[in-house]
Amino acid sequence: MFIIDTITHRLKRGCETMAYPQGPAPVLPDRHGGALKVDATQCAAGCTACVPVCPTQAITRLAGKPVALDLGRCIFCAACVEICPSKAITQTGDYRMAVRRREDLVLGAPGKEQVRLAVALDKKLRRLFGRSLRLRQVSAGGCAACEADTNVLGTIGWDLGRFGIQFVASPRHADGLLITGPVTKNMELALQKTYAAVAAPKIVIAVGACAIAGGPFVGHAQVNNGANTIVPVDLFVPGCPPHPVTILHGLLALLGRLQNENRAAR
Amino acid sequence: MSATTPFALLANATSLPWAEIPAWPVAEFVHATATELNRGARFCAWFGVPEHSGTCLVAVLAFDVDNTLAVGRSEAFTGAYPALTTTHPQAHLFEREVWEQHGLTPAGHPWLKPVRRTNEKGNAPANGEFFRVEGGEVHEVAVGPVHAGVIEPGHFRFQCAGEEVLHLEIALGYQHRGIEEALRDGPHRATMSQMETVAGDTTIAHATAYATVMEALAGTEAPLRAQWLRAVALELERLANHTGDMGALAGDVAFLPTMSACGKIRGDFLNLTALMCGNRFGRGLVRPGGCRHDLDAGRAAQLKERLETALADTKQAVAWFWDSAAVRARFENVGTVFPAQATAIGLVGPAARACGLVRDVRFDHPAGWHRFAQAPVAVWPVGDVFARAKVRSLEIERSGDYLREQLTAPAEGELRGELAPPAPDTLAVALVEGWRGEVCHVALTDAAGRFRRYKIVDPSFHNWMGLALALRGTAISDFPICNKSFNLSYCGHDL
Repeated sequence: MFIIDTITHRLKRGCETMAYPQGPAPVLPDRHGGALKVDATQCAAGCTACVPVCPTQAITRLAGKPVALDLGRCIFCAACVEICPSKAITQTGDYRMAVRRREDLVLGAPGKEQVRLAVALDKKLRRLFGRSLRLRQVSAGGCAACEADTNVLGTIGWDLGRFGIQFVASPRHADGLLITGPVTKNMELALQKTYAAVAAPKIVIAVGACAIAGGPFVGHAQVNNGANTIVPVDLFVPGCPPHPVTILHGLLALLGRLQNENRAAR
Repeated sequence: MSATTPFALLANATSLPWAEIPAWPVAEFVHATATELNRGARFCAWFGVPEHSGTCLVAVLAFDVDNTLAVGRSEAFTGAYPALTTTHPQAHLFEREVWEQHGLTPAGHPWLKPVRRTNEKGNAPANGEFFRVEGGEVHEVAVGPVHAGVIEPGHFRFQCAGEEVLHLEIALGYQHRGIEEALRDGPHRATMSQMETVAGDTTIAHATAYATVMEALAGTEAPLRAQWLRAVALELERLANHTGDMGALAGDVAFLPTMSACGKIRGDFLNLTALMCGNRFGRGLVRPGGCRHDLDAGRAAQLKERLETALADTKQAVAWFWDSAAVRARFENVGTVFPAQATAIGLVGPAARACGLVRDVRFDHPAGWHRFAQAPVAVWPVGDVFARAKVRSLEIERSGDYLREQLTAPAEGELRGELAPPAPDTLAVALVEGWRGEVCHVALTDAAGRFRRYKIVDPSFHNWMGLALALRGTAISDFPICNKSFNLSYCGHDL
């Protein structure tokens, strides 16, 4: 009887795909906190309370310099937010975090309190990929969480296919790579070969703290501290793992498909 | 059985001084271990501890029927020892690992090759030679390391005669991040987040095992409230993964209604974990000494309400699946692991229970909240894809019932207690039944209370051989459903 059952179910439930990006974005869990913001003017002179509590060494404060928080290394444990005596590091609740340049994730310098969000590809690449992007996913030491929250974009709730974005089974069919994991030494060759097998022009997306900078494994002899040590990266999506909406936002921002976003958010 | 063992006994989630662990010359130790395995014990962990200029072998065994664990060790030695694998295949990967890590040669091991070591060029695992079947009609299929999906890497080498798989060899190591090595002299600053990412879909189980080890070394346990929260989060983790796998199995036999529904419901369960701690995979929830986030009454009520909806949706989606004769026919008598094989290779978790083995840490070795509240063990005979799917769907129901019960009667009290520094020269063991099976953490401290050795055994380490055996005599086109029915962790194996 499953045929009648499933048809009834579908009629009853209707379309379960979210309205985003035309409508509002799904709300982050209230304990998530979203992106971080660093207002170094609030820091007490010489205070380094946040530096030793960061598990991934994402925070540094050199003598006489403002504190620097690298959101690429951040795993969003909020230990720094909790310990900061002057509320210089705060959570903004914003799900948008993807950037085009690695340095755009470093927070703290004057005028750089927050991430400098990704801008779209140039006109030529946007014409090529804007309405049809095929990606090959390479997990290179990923723990399966970034993979899972990338995979979820293919489910009915998110329906990545409606943007013309699809994961494919061969690098030969792909326009680019989506990389997760710190890139272990043991995956170095496989990643290089996969990258080489994608026809140019091609793009590379690094998803998660590991793929951006090694994450919790930064400095291990067995890993490469991020995808951009092996291949050039066009989009960095922070998180451990990034929430699916953060990944989707990054992809759409890269493809220049978010013209309506601000209007919808208002 | 355990009453007469010469091994030192301890319960799950406890510790004992290193000096109290009996030590034998290695040949006698291997013989003693074999004797215990012969009378019903099974392997939890087997690892080396460097001592003076040699290495001691340590065995952690489980006597499931007696609800007790047993530990023994060899005296420090170098060179070779008589392999246990020749008589007890469940040791095969452990002995390869000890050989790779410490250079101790298990003499007579039938397939001694690297587990995760990097090759000479430093850019791929040293896979070594693959097993080959010779013959004019035989062909070889190589798959991976990069797979055709959004999934972790590993290499599969099939020896086939036509469609039929004669032998499958699984070569892993691609995900090796050096977790155990980094734990030496720990815990370190990054240790907690590394524990949460040993296998990212098993965050709660690994984090709980680590926290439990730290508590056992401190001679205490977490407050009951925290134990309860961990138990709730553990079942949410199980629900999310089992539901996702039911959807994936449906997808692999092109049964789209269940695939579509379960893909979404999996996310609903993950969002419940996020409701507890902000992270869909439970990162930041479990900490040594307790938990970091509480479930206040309002949040618990919301959790309960959303859980009921998700469970009802799952029930319906899974019912379609079992209702379809086409699905049942596709799963029956495919990828069978026989109970005798399951026992011999030491399968754990749903894969073992699908072979009729009653093997569940929550029941056999209850620790934490499971001492007070248990879920019935879900068992199914036969050992095929159908049985593994069936056990998953039974566990979805039982985890749901467990959570319903637990959410009506929460433990009260403190969320987190102070933790004393780890005791020196002490060995602690924690087993947690993750959704894939037994997660085992063993810590040995040095004179200063730092980690002298930390051993992690993910259930996948026991179970990959099960997938290889399931493929024997099966059509290669059935690999996807066999693989999904196990859904093992690559990074949990590779560490």
